[in-house]
Amino acid sequence: MIYLTRKAEFSASHYYHNPAFTPEENQRLFGKCNNPNGHGHNYTLEVTVKGEVDPRSGFVVDLKQLKEIMKREVLDAMDHRFLNKEVPEFFTRIPTTENLAIAVWQRLERKLQQAHLHRVRVYETPDLFVDFYGEE
Amino acid sequence: MKTHLTRRYLFSASHRLHSAEMSAEENLANYGKCNNPHGHGHNYFLEVTVSGQVDPGTGMICNLVDLDRCVEKEVLARYNLENLNALEEFSVTVPTTENLCIQIFETLHQSFPHAHLERVRLEETMMNSFEYAGGHEGQH
Repeated sequence: MIYLTRKAEFSASHYYHNPAFTPEENQRLFGKCNNPNGHGHNYTLEVTVKGEVDPRSGFVVDLKQLKEIMKREVLDAMDHRFLNKEVPEFFTRIPTTENLAIAVWQRLERKLQQAHLHRVRVYETPDLFVDFYGEE
Repeated sequence: MKTHLTRRYLFSASHRLHSAEMSAEENLANYGKCNNPHGHGHNYFLEVTVSGQVDPGTGMICNLVDLDRCVEKEVLARYNLENLNALEEFSVTVPTTENLCIQIFETLHQSFPHAHLERVRLEETMMNSFEYAGGHEGQH
């Protein structure tokens, strides 16, 4: 088994708000992140796939294909977008880094054929990242 | 769904690697420059990884404010700009980054109730880092 990681970057805005909570609860829980006008981050995405090395190509996955899938499924949908308003997963779920990692996993998993998804890591800032390994 | 969240912190401290159980020659042979009696310092980068189910109401494993507050109080306030050898936990134990990493894990394990502590990773320099996951192999 060998693991390969591909990085990508995207920039997006978001805010944290749960309509089931009162404005006071939202403010207490989410603080500055509750501002409805949103705020932005430069996100770094790391996608790790695993598999056996193909004896003919020497690859675990066709990197070009992985790059294209990441671009089509994630970057085109999320780069320079307001996550709450433009990405369907976040019409009902709060776009925390946790939920973002899960959404990226779900978008990629159904498109990857050759290699298995091992981990999705999303950096919100250099000081904060979330890992998702699929449902356990 | 279970996710892992990692937060990165910085603190600076000095230490000297010296074991009372070894002769002066053994200490020098084992620890080299780190045995300098006056000590030396590092900027330590600390990564704390917690895991848990994402709360459907908040979208979070735990509130980052609680994690920051706990790490600030239990770790950063204790170690930042201190001489590690002068602290009680390193009066006998040598303050290697291995031992510091274990100490920080045990401290946070006892003091942070809001999520499962998965792992502590400590970078002593850009070139070396240490990880402790509580005495058992991490899952990933």
